[in-house]
Amino acid sequence: MISRKYHAIAVATVIASIGLFLLYYKVQILGMPFMPDETKPVYRIEAKITFEGRNRPVHVSLALPDVEEGVHIISEDASSSGYGFTKAKTAQGVRAEWAKRRVTGPQTLYYTFELILHDISKVKNIEEKEQLPQESELLLDIPVGLQSAAKNLLKDVRWRSADPHSFTAQLIRDFSDKDPSQAVKILLAKSNISKQDMLYHMLRYEGLTVKKLNGLFLDDAHRNFHLIPLIEVLHKNKWQRYDLETGKIEKDKKFFVWRKGGHSIIDVTGAKNSKITFSVNKRHVPSRYLIDNKNIVKNSAILDFSLFTLPVSEQNAFRHMLLVPFGALMVVFLRVFVGIRTSGTFMPILIALAFMETTLVTGLIMFVLIVSIGLVIRSYLSTLNLLLVARISAVVIVVITIMSFMSILSFKLGIEEAMTITFFPMIILAWTIERMSILWEEEGAKEVLVQGGGSLFVAVCAYFVMSNPLIGHITFNFPEVLLILLGMIILMGRYSGYRLTELLRFKSFMD
Amino acid sequence: MFFANPFKLKKLGVLGMNKRNVYCIGEHNSRKQYPMVDNKLKTKVVAQEVNIAVPQLLGTVCMQSDVRNIEKILEGLNGFVIKPAQGSGGKGILVIVDRKDDFFFKPSGEHVTFRDIRQHISNILSGLYSLGGKPDVAMIEQLVQFDPIFEKYSFEGVPDIRIILYKGFPSMAMLRCSTKESDGKANLHQGAVGVGIDMATGKALYAVQHNHPIDKHPDTGYDFSALQIPHWKEMLRLSARCYDMTHLGYLGVDIVLDKYLGPLILELNARPGLAIQIANKTGILTRFDMIDTATLNQSVEERVEYSIKYFSDTEHDKTSNIK
Ligand SMILES: Nc1ncnc2c1ncn2[C@@H]1O[C@H](COP(=O)(O)OP(=O)(O)O)[C@@H](O)[C@H]1O
Ligand SMILES: [Mg+2]
Repeated sequence: MISRKYHAIAVATVIASIGLFLLYYKVQILGMPFMPDETKPVYRIEAKITFEGRNRPVHVSLALPDVEEGVHIISEDASSSGYGFTKAKTAQGVRAEWAKRRVTGPQTLYYTFELILHDISKVKNIEEKEQLPQESELLLDIPVGLQSAAKNLLKDVRWRSADPHSFTAQLIRDFSDKDPSQAVKILLAKSNISKQDMLYHMLRYEGLTVKKLNGLFLDDAHRNFHLIPLIEVLHKNKWQRYDLETGKIEKDKKFFVWRKGGHSIIDVTGAKNSKITFSVNKRHVPSRYLIDNKNIVKNSAILDFSLFTLPVSEQNAFRHMLLVPFGALMVVFLRVFVGIRTSGTFMPILIALAFMETTLVTGLIMFVLIVSIGLVIRSYLSTLNLLLVARISAVVIVVITIMSFMSILSFKLGIEEAMTITFFPMIILAWTIERMSILWEEEGAKEVLVQGGGSLFVAVCAYFVMSNPLIGHITFNFPEVLLILLGMIILMGRYSGYRLTELLRFKSFMD
Repeated sequence: MFFANPFKLKKLGVLGMNKRNVYCIGEHNSRKQYPMVDNKLKTKVVAQEVNIAVPQLLGTVCMQSDVRNIEKILEGLNGFVIKPAQGSGGKGILVIVDRKDDFFFKPSGEHVTFRDIRQHISNILSGLYSLGGKPDVAMIEQLVQFDPIFEKYSFEGVPDIRIILYKGFPSMAMLRCSTKESDGKANLHQGAVGVGIDMATGKALYAVQHNHPIDKHPDTGYDFSALQIPHWKEMLRLSARCYDMTHLGYLGVDIVLDKYLGPLILELNARPGLAIQIANKTGILTRFDMIDTATLNQSVEERVEYSIKYFSDTEHDKTSNIK
């Protein structure tokens, strides 16, 4: 018995020391930082193209952004099931091209980017060099009848401004006024030129160097909106961007330029009702994940086997998987040292994984809701006298029904969080309900509360550990901590002292 | 104080769950022997081979299709017990004490019909009561007519006597009496009363319910101090023989006392619980430690004598001197 104990301790020590050594090597010798350093926002931009096929060959061509300096695209992905996809360099810049022989019904295509931004100040300097002189143009593109109105307006604005900067701002403000002047009303109403084009032509007439930009503000997380038009004016060797609604200069807001100049963003042939909308979302990722790691990886043979050599999507899968051992550690700890009873040994980890997707509070509410509704329905099922397999299957179907019903209901009510309900593992939920209901019948409601509460408590603890960003960072960068964890779990498995709950249980020995 | 002091518990030799799992079960119980004790049917067969008294098996139902024949099996039976062969903790046990035509009466006086019984057996077969939902076998067993001496101490159920054996030595014993709260079942965590038993005499020492000391049975109101278990030495012998049968170093033996047949082995348990220490107000590890120093390979009779001599609470001073 003694020898077995020491055997376990020895094994645990060896395993943990290997882990510690690898950790030391990576941190001290290879210089990988142990703590997560500053995070960088990663923006995910999604272009969503919808159209309706008319039983004809369809060709879709999307202008891809001509990437500015300072923008670094880390991944690009076209999702287009059933479509032939190519990226073509055309006279109008790079375009994504989809084609399909015969298309009917509503269709959706996606194009997504993930990008990071480098320091903006550097960007400006580079841009200054490539300024091209623009000749002032006549107002040829504006309908003849309106030209005089435009000229009058320009004259008027010229009086109220001092330099190209205030001129532009003033002109835009005139166009955006809630109660616009007569001239503006005529210009906007009678021509079928967009505001952006109108401003562009007028500023050009004024002799300014102007660019039309269309793009997205990266920092407002939005779904399904259209590209925002901007105007860019050169003044004193500096490009200045103007928002068309307010006439303000957009300095701090990060703007991603999708299109410069006048090419069409999207061309769809062979279909109707084509539409393109964009979504942006932002998340923070430690900057080392983004670029630096690739350099470190190249320098070391050990790291050739690291997770960074995997494709990004697989890396993400591992990010979750590597956290499971921490959940397991928590379960072992709470079982061996505290003595909390749970229903199903590792059910709490699965619940915790689901919580990570749903966020804690929503997850808890939904879990309790599903299980309680499930218990009510299960108690009815038990009066039908079904065989066990049939009953569990029935409970699975009930769980799925509850889940879909809750999703639909919450969607209608606009509670978007509840849509994440699908992350709960339904087979586990069904078994939980089955176990709880048997427990209820045999040991009473109290035991259900004890074990259900215990499971939830363990799940919440596991959730806190697993969702800790520091732990996430360390496991992903240093998977060898799993060896240390393994050592710890082996040691805990040999712990033969009292559990915390036993100190309560054996209280009567103190008298 | 809210918590017990772990150091004091250790000094008193109280066995905790972790130590039980790692040390008692892990080191002394070979996994190979588990099926023999976890399956009551197998236990019964093996016990009968070595002439250990058990309640008689009246029949088994192994397949769902056999459930129809239950009327034939129960023909002429007035009292019987249906239980899952691999159940535990009193789950899925249906005790029938009387019958009038097609009505079967439970100890509480409630009646069930053939339809209920068929449903119950079908549940057993589909594994509702066995660990992990494994398909199971339903066994029909002769009803134990418990000895009238226990009548005052049990509410609607047969009390059983749990004896813990360590390396074949009877180490500690407890009588478990059902109460109204435990619904006629003798499971302590459901509210049954545990009564610590003196190893030498079979006399009641202390009684606890829900880990709290009590003097009287909560339903019948009788004082436990007057209780002395008859046939005590025979029970010790019976339990010690179970070790020779199973070779499990840490074994729980459940015995019932039948009015006519005497002590019968109800079931064996390879993972007996720890509540017995509370009912005896004694840490069981002190006794295990003594057994560790005793000579092994003793006969049943010698081991029983050893336990009577050293583990009697009335001679507590003596044991501590020896240690
Ligand atoms: N043959 C029987 N006659 C009367 N009561 C019984 C019989 N078998 C079991 N019981 C009752 O059921 C309880 C539990 O039975 P047991 O066989 O020990 O199953 P478990 O493994 O679930 O504890 C016993 O304590 C006793 O009260
Ligand atoms: Mg039992």
